[in-house]
Amino acid sequence: MTTSGIEHKLTILADAAKYDASCASSGSRRANREGLGSTEGMGICHSYTPDGRCVSLLKLLLTNVCIYDCQYCVNRVSSDTPRARFTVEEVVKLTMDFYRRNYIEGLFLSSGIVRDSDYTMGLLVQVAKTLRTRENFCGYIHLKTIPGAGDDLIDEAGLYADRLSVNIELPTVQDLRSLAPEKKRPEIEGVMGSIRIKRDEIATDRRNGMRVPKFAPAGQSTQMIVGATDTSDREILTTSSQLYGQHHLRRVYYSAYSPIPHADSRLPGIRPPLIREHRLYQADWLIRFYGFAADELTTADSANLDLEIDPKLAWAMQHRGQFPVDINRAPRELLLRVPGIGQKSVNRILQTRRHHAIRDQDLSRIGIVRKRARSFIITADRHPGPLSLDAESLRARLQPKHRQLMLFDALHGATSGEV
Amino acid sequence: MRYTAPPAAKSSVMLHHVAAEHFDDWRSTARHLVQSDVPPDRIRWVDQRAEHSSGQGDLFQADLSAALPPPTNAGEFRVSAKFLSAAETVSHHRDPQRWELLYQTLWRIVHGQRHLMEVASDKDVFRIVQMEKAVRRDAHKMKAFVRFRRMEDESGEHYIAWHRPDHYPLRIVGDFFARRFNVMRWTIMTPDESASWDGDCLTYAAGMPREAAPSFDELESLWKTYYANIFNPARIKLNAMRAEMPKKHWPTLPETEMITEMLQQAPERTRQMIQTTAAVSTAQPFVPNTDDLRELAAASRQCRGCDLCQQATQTVFGAGPTDAQTVFVGEQPGDQEDLRGTPFVGPAGQVLDQVLQELGIRRDTIYLTNAVKHFKFTRSAKRRLHQKPSARQVAACRPWLEAELSAIGPQHLICLGATAARVVLGPNFRLTEQRGVAVATEYAPWTLATLHPSAILRAPAKQSQVLMEQFRSDLALWASQIEPSS
Repeated sequence: MTTSGIEHKLTILADAAKYDASCASSGSRRANREGLGSTEGMGICHSYTPDGRCVSLLKLLLTNVCIYDCQYCVNRVSSDTPRARFTVEEVVKLTMDFYRRNYIEGLFLSSGIVRDSDYTMGLLVQVAKTLRTRENFCGYIHLKTIPGAGDDLIDEAGLYADRLSVNIELPTVQDLRSLAPEKKRPEIEGVMGSIRIKRDEIATDRRNGMRVPKFAPAGQSTQMIVGATDTSDREILTTSSQLYGQHHLRRVYYSAYSPIPHADSRLPGIRPPLIREHRLYQADWLIRFYGFAADELTTADSANLDLEIDPKLAWAMQHRGQFPVDINRAPRELLLRVPGIGQKSVNRILQTRRHHAIRDQDLSRIGIVRKRARSFIITADRHPGPLSLDAESLRARLQPKHRQLMLFDALHGATSGEV
Repeated sequence: MRYTAPPAAKSSVMLHHVAAEHFDDWRSTARHLVQSDVPPDRIRWVDQRAEHSSGQGDLFQADLSAALPPPTNAGEFRVSAKFLSAAETVSHHRDPQRWELLYQTLWRIVHGQRHLMEVASDKDVFRIVQMEKAVRRDAHKMKAFVRFRRMEDESGEHYIAWHRPDHYPLRIVGDFFARRFNVMRWTIMTPDESASWDGDCLTYAAGMPREAAPSFDELESLWKTYYANIFNPARIKLNAMRAEMPKKHWPTLPETEMITEMLQQAPERTRQMIQTTAAVSTAQPFVPNTDDLRELAAASRQCRGCDLCQQATQTVFGAGPTDAQTVFVGEQPGDQEDLRGTPFVGPAGQVLDQVLQELGIRRDTIYLTNAVKHFKFTRSAKRRLHQKPSARQVAACRPWLEAELSAIGPQHLICLGATAARVVLGPNFRLTEQRGVAVATEYAPWTLATLHPSAILRAPAKQSQVLMEQFRSDLALWASQIEPSS
């Protein structure tokens, strides 16, 4: 294939892969056995595109030909988008060439479903196998598993890939039924379950001192599309915490529904709900690292996250009775719930206060966002006073100006989700 | 280590000049100074690294040659690993005052503030933490933004990059590059320093100007193509991009040449994406929201959900009682059906009729329909030849079938052939393996796939008999399920 032929395919098959939010290349360690590449636990973002997302992996579809007709997907069988198909060798060569120039951390390969699930999964596995065994490639490989593919193929994929992912696609079974009737939730969760079981088995074997090959050492992740249906944030967060709990997922990615060419008329033809996506990442982060439960961040009456203020601040405003918190006495769990105080700051508070009482002037050096936190905390030399928390102006004071919300609040955006 | 004796004239303010280039210089000098009880305000640290980089040479070379005063208090002292590691990192910072800051902090740690590094609110600790962060980030960005260009010299392939860091991170990341690219011969140049790997050994040398590195790599056009296409024009977050990829690095990142063009085209590309929303092949907009089969049938005659309507004579909608217990789904109407507007009236329909008769079931108790409602064909000299509908056409027509099934809500659903079976049972369905096995689906509690009667007609005589037997036995299985009254 000539360079221009490859370039043409790359245009179509990178474009088709851009709807996958995940670009993570972290969480895996792989010894370099005289091959090209290294995977040392920390991911690297090699570039950033004007959509604010990082480029860490060569993210491609092997082909965008697909026999499925999922309404939110640009590659659905009924769309007339131009189609292309890479050969296994082409993807292998492109990965190696890009990697040698330090453009990428590795490969994230997905595919439309051609012929059937097993055939497609077989091709993906063949790419990973060729990279690992023939090219001695030690960089990062993320393979998308194809729903309905056989267990033996998933097992083989896990031997070569650092991460496996199975897209849950839509947050509820009803959503799936209306927009992707051919995909079945039990089938999707079945694959997640078998990956988890396989990983557990191997972890147990290792604990017992057996030398077993690694299996998807960076774990598994999934993606769900947000804003294609009117499912609430409350339901979305419930689904993700179930997935974290049940299948031990490393990450759930939320992808704001993008207006795709030829989208179905059942879908809203609107700009992607970026702020909502950002709030979901923040909420997800709070659930995983800040000790919040999924159902604490929304209520049955107001089932969506506040778009104007972040979920932690929103929670604090709903629970004013628990504040102000004495920064010099409060336990870690409580400090983690204070707006404007992150995980690292909590560690610094706990360490610093062993040596001296923390005063107002110390806050910013400790890394606390003073303006956000001050109404919620008592320092050694200042009590915010009972009125400060009840003041109606509090929300107005803490709520970012709209322009800022668009440009700065979403800065960390989808990549970190940090609050 | 070099040292300047304090000027005699100002002996009341003893000022020692000491120099450091790398961490080890600072470390041994600082140890000596602490042991000699020289307080921070009596020392002037000279940053030799900055002087080397700016090409000023050693201004203090002559003056610094005298010996330090002998240690007055030769006792060993220990500092935490946390401080040492922070100091090592900070030593790669470009701020010439870093040596002084480190010494000042060391002095305080040794003199009564053993846990100083734990006090995040302290101004010196804060500065150290900030500097440490800046260096770490710079090192990380170097791992990310180095772009090798391939060239060939007398020893073969050589990958060369030129990068401009904020600080001096090269020695922090040198080993990382050696591990990652150990099978390549490479050189990374910066204005301050260069590193080379020959496959065995990592060596550092003087800084190099940008012109020393190659200006082209043939792979870059593919990389730029990738970059421009992995970008989603429907979401623009420029500040997020600039925060993570500062503009100062753009000159050495080939892909950034695409940004202006990508942004210019973004509004237009997004507009097109939204505008073409209607261009998908689907019958959905033509399907009225009703359970009335007659209304559905009438609406189906106007369907333009795909291009099959242009060639076919008419829409062939399903036919049969609206309260049928059983629905049969075939593939698409044939030549006869297309002309008469009724399903299963051609040769395949006769095969079906024959088996129904053998089983003693009246055809008018069954609702018969197809996965695709228009005849697809190619013309030969005399006849119109059946052509299999594409997956896209089947998907486009699916809303009609779903509307029929939801209006009827059958107990039994028979899929005739693979096309119908894939619509109902999923795209992974294999007729040869899964034929004749009843399963529950969302459309009917008892769903079964069997052959399409036209497959029996098309097969060679001998095989045709085998297929006919299979077809019979599958339908007999169904017949045994249904109530005798029907």
